[in-house]
Amino acid sequence: MEEKIKLSPDSFEALPKAEELDNEKIAAPSLTFVQDAWRRLKMNKGAFVSLWIIVLMIVVAFGSSFFIDHASLVKSAPNYANLPAKIPGVPINGLNGKLKVSGQWVDEYKQNNIPSGKYFVLGTDYLGRSLAERIIYGTKVSLIVALVATFFDLTIGVAYGIISGWKGGRVDNVMQRIIEIISSVPSLVIVVLMLLVLKPGMTSIIAAIAISSWTTMARMIRAETLQLKSQEYVLAARSLGESAPKIAWKHLVPNLSSIIIIQTMYTIPTAIFFEAFLSFIGIGISAPETSLGVLLNDGQKNFQFLPYQMWYPAIVLCVLMIAFNLLGDGLRDAFDPKTRR
Amino acid sequence: MRKYLLKRVFYMLLTLFLVATITFFLMKLMPGTPYSNQEKMTPQQIKIMNEQYGLNKPVWLQYLIYLGGMLHGDLGTSFQYSNQPVSYLISSRIGASAQLGLQAMIFGVLVGIIIGSFAAINRNTWIDTLCTILSIIGKSVPNFVLAVLLQFYIALKLGWFPIADWGGFSYTVLPTIALGVGPLAETARFIRTGMVDVLNSDYIELARAKGLTKFGIVYHHALRNSLIPLVTLIGPYTVALMTGSMVIENIFSIPGIGEQFVKSITTNDYPTIMGVTMLFSAGLVVVILLTDIVYGIIDPRIRLSGNGD
Amino acid sequence: MAERILDVKNLEINFHTYAGDVKAIRDVSFHLDKGETLAIVGESGSGKSVTTKSLMGLLANNAEVVGGSIMYHDQDILKKSEKEMQNIRGKDIAMIFQDPMTSLDPTMKIGQQIAEPLMKHKKMEKKKAWAQALDILKLVGIVNPEKRINEYPHQFSGGMRQRIVIAIALVCYPEILIADEPTTALDVTIQAQILDLMKELQSKIETSIIFITHDLGVVAGMADRVAVMYAGKIVEYGTVDEIFYNPQHPYTWGLLNSMPTLSSTSLEAIPGTPPDLLDPPKGDAFAARSAYAMKIDVEKEPPFFKVSDTHYAATWLLHPDAPKVTPPTEIVRRQKLFAKMSANKSVKA
Repeated sequence: MEEKIKLSPDSFEALPKAEELDNEKIAAPSLTFVQDAWRRLKMNKGAFVSLWIIVLMIVVAFGSSFFIDHASLVKSAPNYANLPAKIPGVPINGLNGKLKVSGQWVDEYKQNNIPSGKYFVLGTDYLGRSLAERIIYGTKVSLIVALVATFFDLTIGVAYGIISGWKGGRVDNVMQRIIEIISSVPSLVIVVLMLLVLKPGMTSIIAAIAISSWTTMARMIRAETLQLKSQEYVLAARSLGESAPKIAWKHLVPNLSSIIIIQTMYTIPTAIFFEAFLSFIGIGISAPETSLGVLLNDGQKNFQFLPYQMWYPAIVLCVLMIAFNLLGDGLRDAFDPKTRR
Repeated sequence: MRKYLLKRVFYMLLTLFLVATITFFLMKLMPGTPYSNQEKMTPQQIKIMNEQYGLNKPVWLQYLIYLGGMLHGDLGTSFQYSNQPVSYLISSRIGASAQLGLQAMIFGVLVGIIIGSFAAINRNTWIDTLCTILSIIGKSVPNFVLAVLLQFYIALKLGWFPIADWGGFSYTVLPTIALGVGPLAETARFIRTGMVDVLNSDYIELARAKGLTKFGIVYHHALRNSLIPLVTLIGPYTVALMTGSMVIENIFSIPGIGEQFVKSITTNDYPTIMGVTMLFSAGLVVVILLTDIVYGIIDPRIRLSGNGD
Repeated sequence: MAERILDVKNLEINFHTYAGDVKAIRDVSFHLDKGETLAIVGESGSGKSVTTKSLMGLLANNAEVVGGSIMYHDQDILKKSEKEMQNIRGKDIAMIFQDPMTSLDPTMKIGQQIAEPLMKHKKMEKKKAWAQALDILKLVGIVNPEKRINEYPHQFSGGMRQRIVIAIALVCYPEILIADEPTTALDVTIQAQILDLMKELQSKIETSIIFITHDLGVVAGMADRVAVMYAGKIVEYGTVDEIFYNPQHPYTWGLLNSMPTLSSTSLEAIPGTPPDLLDPPKGDAFAARSAYAMKIDVEKEPPFFKVSDTHYAATWLLHPDAPKVTPPTEIVRRQKLFAKMSANKSVKA
């Protein structure tokens, strides 16, 4: 260590103050909260793929409104009944119009004298209606139910939670009791009871789910609001005389945003499940209207002989559920600072 | 502690009373009459039926009668099966549902704990990824879809278990799996997250600094600490099992409460609907109270503050 | 000369992060003799804690030892398997953590937590281990230990919990005790008690201590030798007197200058922040914050210059060709004291 190091004499000139190095510069790029969350979401492959699947499903389901008219959706065509999938140019058994009947692949299209130009990419149901069209429409129903449930989560749930947490005291106590009563009955049972009173159908399902879906959100928002209420910046805003709604909008909602987003992502699959469940046991949407639950119920009856009639809607429903669950997990990891390790 | 319990029990009864009231008036709003062959009945017959079921009395009197009966365990008479008390209908069917629910809960929680802790210990490896994928699928695939698939492929095609009906243990296997997969997936996810947190905590680092083996750390420190909060999930699991039973019992033709509930709904048998709703909410409220108490007992931190309450 | 039990040579540790490799430890060497206390002093993020974790084999998953060796007696700790390390941890090398509030298992009785290392390393039965746990509880000054041994961590105050953490660390009479900022999370009055306890126990059970802190005030009473760390490197090391009264590195000057003394009227803060170790500066890492920076400081990393047999500092100011600079007045005062002290010593000798 002690060997003599030869250095040029000017090495020891003092550095002028102005040349002081910028030490505050951080080598890692600085990111805003949302940018940071987005970066983490993109790194999560499952969640990112799910996001695109959901976008695709939304586009297809709602875009189909222009191509699939409701009349042809419910109109039966008995001569096309129970045809398997036939996709032009796909020579795979099961997707080429052939169906396994007692161990043999039989071309159902030929047997039923279907014109050669006719294709049903996912086959038809027992009334000869295109399964593909019905599945797309059913997906739309599921997404609408999910959308409305989300809407009530965001309005009733968030507002209820903020008011309950912010007011505190007796108001909070009463509001919490109300939630306690609602959640002391399984929410599906509430939905069922509501459906009995209302006339079964899409509107009733949405109304029923709306009534029971917001309690979890309200609870979480309340708990977080209670914590935020005692934060310095909220106290500062209060002592400066800001009005309560303004504080809620400017300080609470932005800080609650991650919880709101995450919780919403869990409400959606629950709502989709509820609709499918109710329609499956026959008290939700019923034939000739369609939804994924109705299709599953129909498909289940013929499952032994025409398994595709259940498999296709089941796959779509599962993909939808998995995508929302994965995205929910991804968003939770992206927003939750606790997992930032 | 005693004061706390009394307070809880009071609120519990209050809740049940309100649920009964709301359900009762909701049922009164129900359109149509409960008689399935109404079209064929003469007004005379309907009047006789109404008298028999007490439906001709004013609503408030019906309500009081209903509440009074409930105090004696009388939940009214079923419309669907004439002259059968709802309480008998329920008690004759509760055994199957309780057994199925309990089995599904034990199966789901135990397997979930194993999968979840396995994933946490091996986090960020392929094992973790596999466990995560399995639990996402378990959470996402609706139990009735799974039930139909199990019934068809395992029971009908492979013939390993009976297709439906209720008999010995073998009849319960497939419904238990279908019903338990939801809690299983949830438990696995919960345990994984909890244990990853615990494994990152300072006291685990101290345990490592003591020179304990990996197994010793997981078994003595991590598992206990991540299992305790699992108790809070028993309530939501009960909800999931009650809800699930409605469709699983139907698919496997199991004579349980859930199957009866769906039947009652489709036949507008509202004394039974009300009875089952009351049973579900009473069960749920009791389970939540019990889990709160158990949580206080097994977590030393809560034990103390609970005493002071 | 005392027996050398630990010798760290040219240790280099990187952390893999999404932004790149953080060079947390850059060519660190130090040693520890039997029975002495070595203090490692530095700001947060200077690499003190990482250094000690590497001694225990407890580095985080994304950390990688790039080079160097850690010789414990005649074995390299870095070459040991996890299994072998488990037999060293808690028995030969033990550790006290910073935050007593979180470092005890909340769901386990403290008796069991103390007994665990005995059951593992000494293969004791539970009963015997608990008996010994009771003894060590007395030793660390827990009142009414027979009752408290059955209690849970939340029933103890912060200071008491730190005593329990110390008990856990010392229960196997380790050869080396690593104390990672053991008093930082505690009240000042409790701090003094814990420090006294550590000193007392050190003499009782003859252990060597590596004491990590950012607080030079704590060091004066505890340590025999001091190593000053900055930006993942040791910049100066020497005996406690040499560091306190004859510091050579501008960073050490800054640290001492920012410490309250009886005579000081105002405290001087060190301007700026430590450099980003994703891309460490080329020369002397402290140059950017130093009022004494020279051209060479940003061009070339300074080697260690010898001040005395026990005292080395890595600053170009010690180069024979370097211009003489005048340190801050407080340092000049200290250096004068040091000159007087060494004069006294040589007179005595």
